[in-house]
Amino acid sequence: MKPAPFDYAAPAHLDEALAILARTENAKVIAGGQSLMPMLNFRLVRPDLLVDISRIAALRGITGRGRGMSISAMTSHHAVHTSPLVKEHFPIISEAMGHVAHLAIRNRGTIGGSISHADPAAEWPMLACLLDAKIHLAGPTGTRTLDAQAFFHGAMTTALAPDEVLTKVDLPALPRHTRHAFDEVALRTGDYAIVAAGVLLSVGGSPLTGGKRILDARIALTGVGEMPIRMRDAEALLKGQKAIDDQLIERVACLVRDGIQPSSDLRASADFRRELSFSLTKRLVKSAWEQRSQS
Amino acid sequence: MAFEKRIRVTVNGRAFERSVEPRLLLSDFLRETLDLTGTHVGCEHGVCGACTLLMNGDSVRSCLTLAVQADGAEIITVEGHGKAGEFSPAQEAFHACHALQCGFCTPGMLATVVDALRKLPLDSEAEVREALAGNLCRCTGYQHIVDAVLTINTKEEGIS
Ligand SMILES: Cc1cc2nc3c(=O)[nH]c(=O)nc-3n(C[C@H](O)[C@H](O)[C@H](O)COP(=O)(O)OP(=O)(O)OC[C@H]3O[C@@H](n4cnc5c(N)ncnc54)[C@H](O)[C@@H]3O)c2cc1C
Ligand code: FES
Ligand code: FES
Repeated sequence: MKPAPFDYAAPAHLDEALAILARTENAKVIAGGQSLMPMLNFRLVRPDLLVDISRIAALRGITGRGRGMSISAMTSHHAVHTSPLVKEHFPIISEAMGHVAHLAIRNRGTIGGSISHADPAAEWPMLACLLDAKIHLAGPTGTRTLDAQAFFHGAMTTALAPDEVLTKVDLPALPRHTRHAFDEVALRTGDYAIVAAGVLLSVGGSPLTGGKRILDARIALTGVGEMPIRMRDAEALLKGQKAIDDQLIERVACLVRDGIQPSSDLRASADFRRELSFSLTKRLVKSAWEQRSQS
Repeated sequence: MAFEKRIRVTVNGRAFERSVEPRLLLSDFLRETLDLTGTHVGCEHGVCGACTLLMNGDSVRSCLTLAVQADGAEIITVEGHGKAGEFSPAQEAFHACHALQCGFCTPGMLATVVDALRKLPLDSEAEVREALAGNLCRCTGYQHIVDAVLTINTKEEGIS
């Protein structure tokens, strides 16, 4: 359980990191190492060179832009978990971060690493899809920006080229009066989720426009396929609704259950994942909706 | 070896400078190079928590950290808790509550607890159990460790 030999560089600037990646065959970026190190220890990956981007100061930090924000790639899960800015504008992220691994892993693991790694049960890829995040990549010939949904290609497969670095994740502001709910089922606290789900309901409108209604609804799940999934049919059913009752919630949850193709593995069968998705959706839509009446 | 890097680290207040292979894990650097065998190694993939130590004040898995990544860092291993002949508050609580049997998990537990005392709510039993969820203990059944953590009422660094 020791890594095979490799060389190591820890540049202080992004340009330098990109230059090294461009001229080296079989180089690999290391961020927090919380997913890569186990793979190196098991020798599942054998790079010739590790490019450690953790000493690039410009890749760290959370910047607010109105009610939206930008999170740089090397920002740790712990920094996001405890950020007052995140809690104010994206409380669903603060809540979800509490489910990511354990404190020691959250201290080093990063948003850029999670999204680049694209584990099919991880929280960040799902949040990125739920929040319509824009993923910024830098490469030898310049930068490009992708929608989260276009960034993920499959389990642990993304649009990232080997000579590219994910630099930051932009989170567009949510509509005002957005209510949220997040929860997951895992075997133990801190384990990867068997299924995790997030729900956002934006409520608005005035008597002139026919009263309050759901203007925007988003539902995303992870752990139920190769990559996180947005449940567009279920979202469409919620949009425009003036009230939510148990019958509607049941229909939404059925659309979710029938709209996924989970697989079976050591932790759970496909059927169990389907049932979890059904019951999580029911619970979360209800709890997001009830948040409204409290405020 | 082909690739060697020179690193400087402070471990338990003492400065060290060594040449290391980039692939050397921080856990092995401490145990094999510096002969500090208090840092224990269980799973080597981040799951058991035995190798957890404090790096620049944060709890980290030393099996998921390379020695080269610790260049310039200040590290505290279990050997650095307390003073000669005197327990740290966390050690004192573990001792008083019988929170260890074989002691294999204890170095990682102590590092986790010291960091958690500063960063996580630890007022209820449920919160303590959640904070300890990343550290496996095959002996105690956890109850006495939970009891110990609940008796530590200092929120400052429980190391010295
Ligand atoms: C015991 C344990 C439990 C865990 N539980 C969870 C969990 O419940 N939920 C969860 O989401 N995660 C979990 N994780 C994983 C953790 O969240 C990692 O932090 C995360 O997956 C990877 O982030 P990292 O910064 O450590 O990336 P690294 O491990 O350094 O890198 C991961 C991959 O991404 C690439 N990469 C990293 N950063 C960049 C970048 N900026 N640009 C381009 N490529 C990049 C690397 O080359 C590598 O392929 C767990 C890990 C452990 C060890
Ligand atoms: S040896 Fe590091 S977590 Fe198990
Ligand atoms: S005391 Fe033996 S493993 Fe915890």
